[in-house]
Amino acid sequence: MNAEVRPIRTAAETGLIDAFERARSAQAGGEAARAIREEAFSGVVARGLPNRRVEEWKYTDLRALMREAQPIAEGATEADVSAARSLLPLQEVDALRLVFVNGAFAELLSAIDAPQGVTITPFAHALQSDARAALTLAGAPQGDAAVALNTAFVTSGVTITVAAGTKVARPIHIANVQTGPGHAAYGRVLVTIGEGAEATLIESFSGDSGGHQVNSTVGLTLGDDSKATLIKLQDEGFGTLHLATLAATLGARAELKTVALTAGAAASRQQIYLGFKGAKATADLTGAGFAGARRHLDTTLVVEHDAVGCTSRETFKTALDGEARSVFQGKIVVRPGAQKTDGKMMAKALLLSEGAEADAKPELEIFADDVVCGHGATVGALDDELLFYLMSRGLPKVEAEALLVQAFVGEVLESIEIEPLREALVARSERWLVARD
Amino acid sequence: MLSIQNLHASIEDKEILRGLTLDVKAGEVHAIMGPNGSGKSTLSYVLAGKDDYEVTAGSASLDGQDLFALEPDERAAAGLFLAFQYPLEIPGVATMTFLKTALNAQRRARGEAELPTPAFIKLVREKADGLGISTDMLKRGLNVGFSGGEKKRNEVLQMALLEPKLCVLDETDSGLDIDALKVVAEGVNALRAQDRSFVVITHYQRLLDHIRPDVVHVMSKGRIVRTGGPELAHELEARGYADYISDEAA
Repeated sequence: MNAEVRPIRTAAETGLIDAFERARSAQAGGEAARAIREEAFSGVVARGLPNRRVEEWKYTDLRALMREAQPIAEGATEADVSAARSLLPLQEVDALRLVFVNGAFAELLSAIDAPQGVTITPFAHALQSDARAALTLAGAPQGDAAVALNTAFVTSGVTITVAAGTKVARPIHIANVQTGPGHAAYGRVLVTIGEGAEATLIESFSGDSGGHQVNSTVGLTLGDDSKATLIKLQDEGFGTLHLATLAATLGARAELKTVALTAGAAASRQQIYLGFKGAKATADLTGAGFAGARRHLDTTLVVEHDAVGCTSRETFKTALDGEARSVFQGKIVVRPGAQKTDGKMMAKALLLSEGAEADAKPELEIFADDVVCGHGATVGALDDELLFYLMSRGLPKVEAEALLVQAFVGEVLESIEIEPLREALVARSERWLVARD
Repeated sequence: MLSIQNLHASIEDKEILRGLTLDVKAGEVHAIMGPNGSGKSTLSYVLAGKDDYEVTAGSASLDGQDLFALEPDERAAAGLFLAFQYPLEIPGVATMTFLKTALNAQRRARGEAELPTPAFIKLVREKADGLGISTDMLKRGLNVGFSGGEKKRNEVLQMALLEPKLCVLDETDSGLDIDALKVVAEGVNALRAQDRSFVVITHYQRLLDHIRPDVVHVMSKGRIVRTGGPELAHELEARGYADYISDEAA
C-alpha cells in the first residue's frame, strides 16, 4: 500500500504498455538494444503521455489527441503494396527511391541502385552492429515522448552514408505509405554526410484515411564542408496522427537547407533539433503548412548555436481555414562562446476563417555577447485592400484568396531547386486552396 | 452606357456622396474635377464595389445592369475597370500570372474559352511593348519595385488586356512627371473607341491636355455642381476651386 497519487492511465497509455510487452521479445538488437528501449519506454510510462501541463507540449496535448494506441503494423501484404502504389507521391521526380509500406521496406516499389560513395543499409543492420548508436537520436532530447516512443518501438528504417567528397546528383527519396486498417508505424532514418559531400534527401509521408499513428525520426549528421538539402512532404490521410523528429548536427562550414510542406494528417507535430558543432556553418529551415477543418499542425524547433560564426534562418508559414489550429514553438539558443552568431526566426500564420487559430511562441536564449539574433511572429487575415484590387480585375473571391495565399507561401516552395519536385509541391498547395480541407 | 441616379454613399456613417447624378454615353470621355475631399475617389470605389462604402440611396447601372447587385469581380466581368490612384503591390504574385488569371477569370465569367498560354503571352507582349513595359517587369511580383509611372502604365496594360466597356481613371496623373503622363495618356487614347467610355477623375487640368474630354463635370461636396465642355477645365485651372467650396459653404 502506498499513498502516492498515480494518474489514471488513458486507454492509449495502457495500449502502449501492452504493445511494448508484446513487441519487446521479437525486437532485433539483443540485450543492449533491449536496455535502451526499456529505459526510453519506462520514462514515457512514468510521465504518461505529454499533456497541456508539459511546457513543450502545451499547445499539442498528445494525451488528448491520442485516444488509443493502434497496434504496431505487422509489415505489408501484397495487397498493401499494391494499394500503396497509387498513394505514393512524387513518382515523377527522378530519384533513388526507398519505399516503406506500413513501416516495412517494399522492394517492389523501390529503386535503390546506389551510386559510388553512397551506402544504404537497413536500419536493422545498424541495430545489430551498434544498438546504442542506432537507438540514440543524437541531438534530440531522449526523454521527449515522441523520441522515446520511437526509440522503444522502432525496428524499420534505413541508414544512409555518403562518403567524404561524394556529390550525389540524384536525390534520395524515402517514401512512407500507410494503408489498410489503422496501425502504428515507427521509422528511423540515419544519415551521415561525409566531409565535403553533398546530397539531397526527400521524405514523403502519405496514406489512406485510416486512423494511423506515424512516428518518424531522422538523424542527420553533416560533416565539415558538407551540404545537404532535406525536403519533406507530409501528406498523410486525414485520420492520421503524425509525429516526426529531425535531429541534425552540423560540422564546420556545413550547409543545411530544409523545406517542409505540411498538407495532411488530422494532427501533426514536426520537431526539429539542430545543433551547430563547427564554426561558420549555415542552416536554412523553412516550412509551409496548410490546414482546414479541425486539423492541428505543430512545428517545434530548437536551434542550438554552439560554435562560432554560424548562421541560421527559420521561416515557417501556415495558412489555416475552418477551425484548424497551428502551433509554432521556436527557440534559438546561443551557447557561451558561440560569438558572431547570426540567427533569425520568423513564423507567419494566415487565418482564412473566424474559427482558425494560430499560436506562436518564439524564444531566444543568448549566452554570448557578440551576436545578431531576432525573431518575429505574425498572425493575421488576408489584406482586404489586396483582395479588392484582385477582385476589381475580375478574380472571384476564392481565386483572389488563393492567389494571395500562394504568394504568401511562395517564398518557401519557390526555393526548391528540383523543378518537378517544386511543381509537385506547388500543385499540392493549389489543391489545398481549392479544397481548403 | 453608365447611368448614375441620385447616388448617396457613406463610409462609417459619414455621408460622402450626396445625390450624385451622371450619365455617360457610349464612346464619350467625361472628366470629373473637383477639390480634395469632394468625393471623387469615393465615387470610383463605390462604382467598383469596395465594401468599406455603403450605398444608402440611388442607383448605378452599366448598360442597364445594376452595378450594386454585383460583386466587384462580377462588375469587372460586366465591363467596368477602375484604374487605381495607388495600384497595390503584391509580392509573390508574378505580374504575368496575375494578368493571365484576371483575363481568364473574366473570359470564364462571360462564357468564353480561356486563352491558351502562347496566345496570351503574344497578346501581353504586344500590348506591353506599346507601353514600354519590359519582360523583366512582367516577371516581377505585381507592382513590386515599380516606380509610380510604371505602376500607372501597368494599370493601362491591364485595361488594354481586359478591354472593358467603361474605364474609370482615379487620379491617374498623380505622382507622374510629364513624360510618364504622356505615355499613360497615349495608352488611354489608343483605347478610345465607339463602344468604350471613360470617366477621368482628376484634380488638375493638365491630364486633360493629353486625354481630351467630351464633357467636364465639377464635383463638390458629393455631387456634380456644374457641367460643361472642355473649356470648363481651363476655367478651373485659371480660377481654382474656391468658388465651388465657398458656394457650397454659403
